[in-house]
Amino acid sequence: MRRSGLLLPLVLFGVLALVPGLRAAGVPLGGFWPLLLERVIVFAIAAMSLDLILGIGGLVSFGHAAPLAIGAYTVAILNEANVTEAALVVPCAMVAAGVFALLTGAVALRTRGINFIMITLAFAQMVFFAVSSLADYGGEDGYTLFSRTRVLGHDWLGANNFYVSALVVLFGVWLLLRMISLSRFGRALAACRQNRVRVRALGLDPFAIELVAMVIAAMICAVAGVLMANEAEFVSPAYGGWQRSGDLMVMVILGGIGSLHGAILGAFVVVLAEEGLGRLTQHWPLIYGPGLILAVLYLRGGLAGIGVRRG
Amino acid sequence: MAEALLEIVGLRKSYGALRVTDGVDLRVAAGTIHAVIGPNGAGKTTLIGQIFGAIRPDSGQIRLAGRDITGLSPHRRARLGLARSFQITSVLPEFSVLENVALAVQGSHGSAFRFVWPARSEAKWNGLALAGLERVGLAGRAGDLASALSHGEKRQLELAMALVAEPRAMLLDEPLAGAGPEEAARLIALLGGLRGSCAILLVEHDMDAVFQLADTISVLAQGRVIASGTPDAIRADPVVRAAYLGEDF
Ligand SMILES: Nc1ncnc2c1ncn2[C@@H]1O[C@H](COP(=O)(O)OP(=O)(O)OP(=O)(O)O)[C@@H](O)[C@H]1O
Ligand SMILES: [Mg+2]
Repeated sequence: MRRSGLLLPLVLFGVLALVPGLRAAGVPLGGFWPLLLERVIVFAIAAMSLDLILGIGGLVSFGHAAPLAIGAYTVAILNEANVTEAALVVPCAMVAAGVFALLTGAVALRTRGINFIMITLAFAQMVFFAVSSLADYGGEDGYTLFSRTRVLGHDWLGANNFYVSALVVLFGVWLLLRMISLSRFGRALAACRQNRVRVRALGLDPFAIELVAMVIAAMICAVAGVLMANEAEFVSPAYGGWQRSGDLMVMVILGGIGSLHGAILGAFVVVLAEEGLGRLTQHWPLIYGPGLILAVLYLRGGLAGIGVRRG
Repeated sequence: MAEALLEIVGLRKSYGALRVTDGVDLRVAAGTIHAVIGPNGAGKTTLIGQIFGAIRPDSGQIRLAGRDITGLSPHRRARLGLARSFQITSVLPEFSVLENVALAVQGSHGSAFRFVWPARSEAKWNGLALAGLERVGLAGRAGDLASALSHGEKRQLELAMALVAEPRAMLLDEPLAGAGPEEAARLIALLGGLRGSCAILLVEHDMDAVFQLADTISVLAQGRVIASGTPDAIRADPVVRAAYLGEDF
């Protein structure tokens, strides 16, 4: 298990809390940055859930956009049925993504290495094509929500409250994943990453451990999907595309694999790169791509590892 | 002979035309040390792999305390009281030495499925783990990363991981390889002290250790048991001397 101090994560949450803090203090904040950070927060939840299996479990899933899309489309489908209450939407999204992860994980975990990457990708592509074919929900064009999800009747996911709600969810997810990663389960999962044969010889079942981790990660990611649909008031198949899965992996690796809070930094850089560089120049991948390679080569431990002595 | 704790009947395994295990029968009585010796490539490691469940035999049966375990997965066998050490050291390199053993305690005393409370601060398990490290003489390195250990120390760590599970039977694949003379003497004394509480199937090339420790010795060559008996009987066996020990032993 990687040692991680509490200072950096708390600073990160402090910075994210500046937006509502300043607003509460009467500073009129609007425009680019709050909206960008809102997206960062939602992506950070998804990436952090991926970090449980990728960083701690060492399972290179190239299909983590699938539970994101499942969460988002649960919002759309229930929206069409006039169900907009989070107390229903969120459990439905989590159960759907959890069942998906249970079934596909049970197959994917029979393979290792590159095959695992390809199989998780293939399952996510199945979700992508499945939602693309949902003609009632806009097919490839996507679907615009009638209204945002309400939380116990409150407008907590409305445009004015969304930021704070998403931040609270991110904080809760961080606490939860941190607790899990430090628990007996997290230790066994980290052991599977290092040496499955040894774990099995000690009387623990790596397959069951990794499968449960995949289900937990998918259920959390589905919550990010619910938030993402609400933030955009729109869902589209791109939520489940392989590029999205790749983005999530980049966020985890760039931010600092296995650190959990690194996902926030990774999400910030990736979202900023896509939105910010995209505005500056249409050739932004020319900057983004080499930047990524340099980061992987020179930032061992990712952005969260800068200034942290390791070993 | 006393009731066998570990019993292997008619075990066979081939890799293509190569018969690595060619009809092996073995009985290890409870609380005794049964050494399996034989030249390189005789099939000793493959035999341990099959007993532990990592390798599936083509035919034959493996029984632990009378129960047929031939079809069980390794983690189920471990839960039934079987422990092993590996010829090629197998530890968790990114964990501390203590945490390696604490995970072994978790495997035998608990489960993976508890999601609350930090595992590292479970005092009872850490205490058991530290006691295991003391028995093998590695307590001084409890806080170091397992990857920082020497080869011999990793063997000691593996032995500690097996011991803390309080197994009914241990399969040890060359536990003394890489140990210095002092460590070896300590480990030999330790293994001797386990007699009576744990059945041990010991694969070892150090013949002094084998003849000092074993209650029974089986000689394996080309996948077959060519001789089995007390150390004195094995020492005197002309077939064994020709096949393995050499005339001077
Ligand atoms: N997976 C495999 N595929 C093909 N041949 C194998 C395989 N595993 C082992 N063998 C062969 O089976 C034979 C027995 O190997 P094994 O490792 O069991 O020998 P050993 O008695 O443990 O030898 P050593 O004393 O060198 O450890 C060897 O000839 C080896 O090359
Ligand atoms: Mg061997």
